[in-house]
Amino acid sequence: MTPPPRQFILAMEGVTKTFDGFRAINGLNFYMDEGELRVIIGPNGAGKSTMLDLITGRTRPDAGKVEFGRDTDLTRLNEYEIARLGIGRKFQTPSVYIDHTVEENIWLSIEGRRGVWACLFSRLRPSDRDRIHEVLETIGLTDRAASKAGALSHGQKQWLEIGMLLAQNPRLLLVDEPAAGMTDDETVRTGELLLSLAGRHSIVVIEHDMVFVRQIARTVTVLHQGSILCEGTVDQVQNDERVMEVYLGRKKKGQSTAP
Amino acid sequence: MKGSLKRELWVVGIFALAGLVVLPLLNTLAPVGSALHVSTFTLSVYGKYLCYAVLAMGVNLLWGQTGILSLGQCLFFALGGYALGMHLMLLIGKLGQYHADIPDFMVFLEFPKRYPATGGLPSHWIPFRNLAFALGAVVIVPAAVAAAFGWLAFRSRIKGVYFSILSQALTYAATLLFFRNDFTFGGNNGLTDFKFLLGQDLNAPSTKRSLFIASVLLLLGTYALCRWLTSTKFGLIQRAIRDSENRVLFSGYATADFKLFIFVLAAIISGLGGALYVPQVGIINPSEMGPDKSLEAVVWCAVGGRGSLIGPILGAISCNALKSYATHAFAEQWPYFLGGLFIFVTLFLPEGLVGLPARFARLRRRLKPPSAPTP
Repeated sequence: MTPPPRQFILAMEGVTKTFDGFRAINGLNFYMDEGELRVIIGPNGAGKSTMLDLITGRTRPDAGKVEFGRDTDLTRLNEYEIARLGIGRKFQTPSVYIDHTVEENIWLSIEGRRGVWACLFSRLRPSDRDRIHEVLETIGLTDRAASKAGALSHGQKQWLEIGMLLAQNPRLLLVDEPAAGMTDDETVRTGELLLSLAGRHSIVVIEHDMVFVRQIARTVTVLHQGSILCEGTVDQVQNDERVMEVYLGRKKKGQSTAP
Repeated sequence: MKGSLKRELWVVGIFALAGLVVLPLLNTLAPVGSALHVSTFTLSVYGKYLCYAVLAMGVNLLWGQTGILSLGQCLFFALGGYALGMHLMLLIGKLGQYHADIPDFMVFLEFPKRYPATGGLPSHWIPFRNLAFALGAVVIVPAAVAAAFGWLAFRSRIKGVYFSILSQALTYAATLLFFRNDFTFGGNNGLTDFKFLLGQDLNAPSTKRSLFIASVLLLLGTYALCRWLTSTKFGLIQRAIRDSENRVLFSGYATADFKLFIFVLAAIISGLGGALYVPQVGIINPSEMGPDKSLEAVVWCAVGGRGSLIGPILGAISCNALKSYATHAFAEQWPYFLGGLFIFVTLFLPEGLVGLPARFARLRRRLKPPSAPTP
C-alpha cells in the first residue's frame, strides 16, 4: 500500500486492539475517500464491529491512529463528541425509540444543540418540520410519521434508524448489517437507499449477505483476524485465493495468516 | 393520546378540589361525630400519604421515565426530612424533657462536654435556627448527595442492576451512619417531639390542616413539573434513554449529563416530600432511609403504574391506605402481603392500576356478542 495522501475522510493506521489477550484488531490500515461507499466483509470474529467501535469511540485502540477528515484524532474523543463531528452509526439490531412516533425519532436526531438546558426549552421549529419531512421522504416512511416506532416492521425500523442517521447530516455513515433479517424485497430497497446516499455522504457498510454486497459494492474490503486481507471489486475479492481460504477454510487447522 | 391526557387532567382536577377544598372544609365545618366529619388525625394521615406520593413521583421520574431503578430514593426523602427536622428541634427551646437550650438528645448524650464552646450545640446545627437556611438545606443537601453519587456512577457508565445495587448500598451506608450517636443527628431515635413551626403549635388543627394543604400543593406542583417535562424535548430524550440509551449516546447526546440532571431533580423532589412529611408525622429517624423503605416506594410505583404520571400517586396512596389497615389487622404478615402484591402486579398487571380501565374495556369488547353493532 502506498503512503496515503491527506484527503481521506477516514484513515486508520497501525491500529491494534486486544481484549483479554485476544487481538481483535491487529495492525489495521484502512483508508477511505470522501463520498465513497465501502463494504466490509469478513468471517465472524474478523473484527468488523470492533472496527466500528474504534471509529465511534466506544473502545480505544491500544496503538495506532484513527483520524477523521483532515486531522481530527478520534481516539481522544468519546461517543457523543464523535457523533457531533458528523459520524453516524447504525447498530446491528435496529435501535429506535419504540415509545416515540417516527417523527419524534427523527426530531431527536436532527443536528442541533444537544445540551440539557437547550433540550428543556427547545421547541419544534418549522425548519425542523421540513427537515423531518425530507428525511421521511428519503427513507419512504412519510405515511408512518405519526405511528409509534415500536409498531413498525423490522425492515421499517432499520430504515428509520438510517433516517435518524441522515437527520444528523453526518459526513460519514457507519452501517452495521442493514439487511439482516430483511425480506429480499426489503433488502433490495435498502441497497437502493444506500446507493442514493453515496456521494453526498461517505458510507461504510458491514454485510454478510453476498447478494446484497453485489448490489451495492464498488469497493469491498475483506477483514480477517483483525487486519485487511484484501481490497477490490466484488469479483476480484470473490476470486481471491486467500479470501476463499478464509471463507471456505481450505487451510489446515492451527495455521494462521496473521504475522 | 389526547383523550387520555384529558382524562388524566380531570382526575388531577378532582384530586385538587378534594384536597384543597372538600377535605379541609369537612374538617372545619362538619360537626364532630357526624358521618361527614374528617378528623384532624385523618387529615394528617392523608398528608403523610401525599408526601409518600411525592416520593413515588421522584422514583417514577427515574424508573418509569428514564429507566434508572434507584433503590435508595428514601435517602433523599429522609435527608430533606432531617434538614427540616433540625430546624423543628431547635424551635422546641426549653420545652423539652430536660428544659435545656439544646435538643434533649444532645443533653442525654452529653454534648455540652463535647461542644463546650457552643453550649453543646454542634456548630453545623447553629444555622438551622434560621428557617430559610433549613429550607435551603432541604433542597441543597439531597441535591448535593445525588450530584456526587450520580456524577461518579453515570461517568463510570454504571447502569441497570449495578446502579440499583449501588444506590441501595448508599442508602444502607447512610442508615448506619445516622444510627451512630456521635453523628449528631439523634442516632437511633432520630429527631422527634417537635412543638412549633413558624410560630404555630404543630399539634393545633389549623397547623395540621395547613400542612395537609401544603402537601396537596407540593404534589400538584410536582405533577405539573413532571407533566411539563414530558412535553419537552428533554422528556423525549428521557424516554429515549430508557428505551435505547446507546442510540441516544451515538446521536450526540451526553446521556450521563441527562441522567445526572434527572437524578438530582428526583432527589430534590423526594427531599421536599420528606420535609413536609416530618412535621406531619412528628418524627424522623434512620429507619426512614432504610433500603426496605426505598423498595416499598418502588412497589407503589409498580402498583400504580410506572411510566404514567398519576400511576405513582395512585400507587402510593392506595398502598399506604392498605398498609394502615393491614398493620392494624395483621401486622406480622404485611411484608408478605406487600411482596405478594408486587409479584401479582408484575405478572398480571404490568401497567398497574392506571392500566385497569383499558384492560376492562378490552375484556368487555371480548365478552360482547359478535352480533352487537359497534360504533
